[in-house]
Amino acid sequence: MDNKENTTNDPIIVCEDIHKWYDDFHVLKGITTSFQTGERAVICGPSGSGKSTFIRTINRLEEHQQGKIIVEGIELTNDLRNINLIRQEVGMVFQQFNLFPHLTNLQNITLGPIRVRKIAKKQAETEALALLDRMDIEDQANKYPTEISGGQQQRVAIARALAMEPKIMLFDEPTSALDPEMISEVLDVMRELAQSGMTMLVVTHEMGFAREVADRILFFDEGLIVEDAPPAEFFDNPKHERTKLFISQTLQH
Amino acid sequence: MATEEKAQSHKPPRNVHSPQEWLRQNLFNTWYNVILSLLSIGFILFISKGILTWAFTEAKWSVIPANLQLILIGSYPRDQIWRIWTVIYLLSVLLGMSAGIWHGIVRRFAIILACVWLICAIIPFQLATRGLFLGIVVSIAISYLIASNKISWHRWIVIGWLLSFPMTMIVLRGFGENAVLTSNWGGLLLTLILAIVGICASFPLGVFLALCRQSKLPAIRWISTTYIETIRGVPLITILFMGSVLIPIFMPEMNIDQVVRMMIGITFFSAAYMAENVRGGLQAIPRGQTEAAHALGLNYPKTMLFIVLPQALRSVIPAIVGQFISLFKDTSLVSIIGLIDLLGVAKSITANREWLGLQAEVYLFAAVIYFVFSYSMSYVSTEVEASLGVGNT
Repeated sequence: MDNKENTTNDPIIVCEDIHKWYDDFHVLKGITTSFQTGERAVICGPSGSGKSTFIRTINRLEEHQQGKIIVEGIELTNDLRNINLIRQEVGMVFQQFNLFPHLTNLQNITLGPIRVRKIAKKQAETEALALLDRMDIEDQANKYPTEISGGQQQRVAIARALAMEPKIMLFDEPTSALDPEMISEVLDVMRELAQSGMTMLVVTHEMGFAREVADRILFFDEGLIVEDAPPAEFFDNPKHERTKLFISQTLQH
Repeated sequence: MATEEKAQSHKPPRNVHSPQEWLRQNLFNTWYNVILSLLSIGFILFISKGILTWAFTEAKWSVIPANLQLILIGSYPRDQIWRIWTVIYLLSVLLGMSAGIWHGIVRRFAIILACVWLICAIIPFQLATRGLFLGIVVSIAISYLIASNKISWHRWIVIGWLLSFPMTMIVLRGFGENAVLTSNWGGLLLTLILAIVGICASFPLGVFLALCRQSKLPAIRWISTTYIETIRGVPLITILFMGSVLIPIFMPEMNIDQVVRMMIGITFFSAAYMAENVRGGLQAIPRGQTEAAHALGLNYPKTMLFIVLPQALRSVIPAIVGQFISLFKDTSLVSIIGLIDLLGVAKSITANREWLGLQAEVYLFAAVIYFVFSYSMSYVSTEVEASLGVGNT
C-alpha cells in the first residue's frame, strides 16, 4: 500500500477548464483543479450541481467537450487505448452498485483481473478472497449479488474496483441508495481505504464522513467549484453564501 | 417491534378440494355455466368420437410403415445408408461424452434421447436395424461412462461439436463415385439438416446484426437496419424463390448447390428476426452494467461478451427458441422449390397411385413428427431457462 510519504508534488489528476453540455444544458462550466497522490477529496453540493458528472469525466464515462483532463500524465482524448489505460488505474464505485447479476460475487471481482490484467484465475481468486475478507464478507463469495444486502453489495463493488489495483478510487454517492443501517458498514470500509493511502474522490452527502476523512472538500454549485477548502475551514468558516446555506441545511437534519 | 409475545407464524390456509367440489365450484356453479359446460362436453365427445373412429377403423395406417424409409431419408441411396448411421453414432458418442462431463440438462437430454432410441429398438423393424438402434443406446452409455467427470476434456468436446457439423456434411455426402449428391437428400433428414444449419448459422449472424443496429457508427447502424427491415418485409418463400431462380440467372458462372442456396436463404431470413429478438434483450440491460464494465477497463468486445450478451440472451431465450421453432417449420417451404423434405415426401407419397386418397394419414404423421421436434425444442428451452435462473434479477 502506498503511504503518505510517497506523495509527490506532481498532481495525479489535473483538470483545466472542463466544460460539458447535455444537449443545450451547460453542466460543467469550467472546472479547474488538481488532486495529489494520496489525497482524499470529498465533493458535495446540491443535486444537479454537476458533481457526479465531474467525477465521471475523470474515467471518461462522460465525455468533456472543452478543456483538458490529465490522469497519471495521460491526457483523456478520444484515443481508446488511453481511455482503457486510465480506466485500469481508476476504480469506480457507483450509487446503484452496478454489480453483474449473472456472476457470483467472486466472479464479479475476478472478471477484471482475469480479462483485463490477464492474471491467472487461481491467483485472481486468491486475491479476490483476500479483498472480500478485508471487506468482512468472505462468506458471501459464492452467492449472487441479488442474494445479499445492499451494504454487502456495495462492499463487493468496492472489492471489484480494488481488484484492479487502481491508483485512484472514484466514489459516486456510494451510500445514497442504502438503507440507513447499512451506511456505516460501507463508510467503515471507505475509512479503512483512506487510511491505506489511496487517492480518493468521493461524491457524498455524508458530512460526518467528510469532516473526519477528507483532506479537502470541494463544494459544487451550478457547474462550478464554489468552495475548495480543508474540512475545518469548510465547516467553520465558509466563504461563500451558497456554501453557508448548504452546510446549515445538511447539518440541520 | 418489541411485544411481549412473539408473533406466531401460521401456515397459509390450504385450498384443497375434492374433484366433485372442484367441478361444482368451477363448472356447475350457475345455471348458465351448467349449460355452457354441458354444451362443451357434448362437443368434445362428438369431435373425439369422430377422430377415434376414423383413426381405429377407417384409417389405413399401412401407408406409414410401407413408406417410413422414404419419409425419414427421402431418396437417399439405400446402399449408402451406413453414412447416416455413422453420423448418428458419432453424434451419440459426442452427446454421451458431453453428458458425462457437464451433467445437468445435457445428461437429462442424453437420457431422454437414449430412451427414444431404446423405444425404436423395441419396434419390430428388421433385426439388423433394431440392433443398430440398440447399439446407439449402448454407445451413448459407454461414452458417458468413459468421459464421466473428466472435466479437463471439455475443451475437446466443444471442439468436437464445432467439427461435428462439417464432419456430418462430409460423411453424408462423401466423395468420388459413391458421393451422395444433395439432390438425393430428402425427408426428415433434409428437414433436420436445413433446420440445424439455419439455427446454428442464423443465431450468431442475428446477434451480430443486433449489435450492429446498436452501433454508435451511423453507417453500420444504417446498413444493419436496412437489412433487417428489408428481410422482414419479404416473405420467406420469396427469398427462397430468389435463391432458387434468380441466383443462377444473375451469377450463372457460380454453380451453387440448390440445398446450399436454400440454407443461405433460410439463414439470412431467420437472422433478421433473431436480430430483433436479441435487440430486445440488449435494450433491457441497464446502462449501469456497461458503465461498470467500462470502469473496470473492459473494452467494447469484452463488455459485450462477458457482461451484456450473457444477460441479454438469457432474457430472450423464449423468443429465440420461438424463432428456432418457426424456422424449423418454415423449412417445409423448400418443398415448393422442389426439394423433397419431410413435407415434400408426404406430398409425393399421396400422389403415388398405390397410396391414393391417404392424405389424412400421411399428413397427420408428418404433423406428428413436426410437433415432436418443435415441442422438444420448447421443452429444452424451459429447462435451460430454469437452469440459468440462479442469480437472475
